[in-house]
Amino acid sequence: MHIPDGYLGPVTSIAGYAVMIPLWIIASRQVKKNLAAKQVPLLAIGAAFSFVIMMFNIPVPGGTTGHAVGAVLVAILLGPWAATIAVSVALVIQALLFGDGGITAIGANCFNMAFILPFTGYAVYRLISSRSHVKSFRRVAAAGIAGYIGLVIASLVAGIEFGLQPLLHHTTSGQALYCPYGLKVAITSMVAGHALVFGWVELIVTALVVKFLQVQDPALLEQQIGVGE
Amino acid sequence: MKTTTKLWIGLGVLAILSPIGLYVPALCKAGSAWGEWTPDEVHGLVGFIPKGLEKLGALWKAPLINYTLKGWENHGATHMGIAYIISAIIGIGLCIGLAFVVGKILSKKDKNHG
Repeated sequence: MHIPDGYLGPVTSIAGYAVMIPLWIIASRQVKKNLAAKQVPLLAIGAAFSFVIMMFNIPVPGGTTGHAVGAVLVAILLGPWAATIAVSVALVIQALLFGDGGITAIGANCFNMAFILPFTGYAVYRLISSRSHVKSFRRVAAAGIAGYIGLVIASLVAGIEFGLQPLLHHTTSGQALYCPYGLKVAITSMVAGHALVFGWVELIVTALVVKFLQVQDPALLEQQIGVGE
Repeated sequence: MKTTTKLWIGLGVLAILSPIGLYVPALCKAGSAWGEWTPDEVHGLVGFIPKGLEKLGALWKAPLINYTLKGWENHGATHMGIAYIISAIIGIGLCIGLAFVVGKILSKKDKNHG
């Protein structure tokens, strides 16, 4: 889901930054209000976890690859705004140092994976887990389903961004200047891969870590209720 | 053992296991992620390279592009795997460093002092 340089035209690239800059400012304010100094290591672990989990490319045999993002997990532990910060850190380093995602697309990629993904997932998690005991199976299920839905919705948004390009930018003869695939193909391809394969990996990873924390340190799953409201 | 200590160890384990994310797709002959093709791959798919894609695609030369080290690209699977682990360690280190800087600036000070 890391859109490279050259796939988005200037309109979408600039829109990505234009939307993300205020969101980064709000995220900073929210985190400033809610993040305790002792939670900073967890923020760092969240950013690093998101970075490394994205290196685990999963194949659709004979086809393409994809990966989990870990954003919903960070949102569950530290709140969705902190997840925006943590995943953005990972995405910026991936773009600048490893060429994974374009630098012109940092805004759009952060919007998809560091905003849409954790916020959608967090909303689902809160909805399903509401009033459940911190050690209940419902929490684990909520985390997994939240990861799955978050990733699929983020892939849908990325698919729309890809698919808009032939409409926005083409030569006079109609040849695409950036992403050559239109909405139908882009959305179908992005959503299919994430709904059929990669979303399940996000589901398993998110649920497993929440299960581990239920056993290991359930307090971590309780402290952030209320953040971002 | 503190939970954060276990999580730090977990990150180390993930870094060492990261070449799974390199080898498994290769074994399955899976191509690039959708929408992350090289310009040549795009040409193979649609028969032309979109002009803007060709121009913007060459905009940024990332130092560790595709999680490989310079000059290691054609040295076989073992080198690729080691470079992938080194990339994971560098990336994790930078994420931790940057997140700590951001976190320190943003986090609430100890209540006793504030």
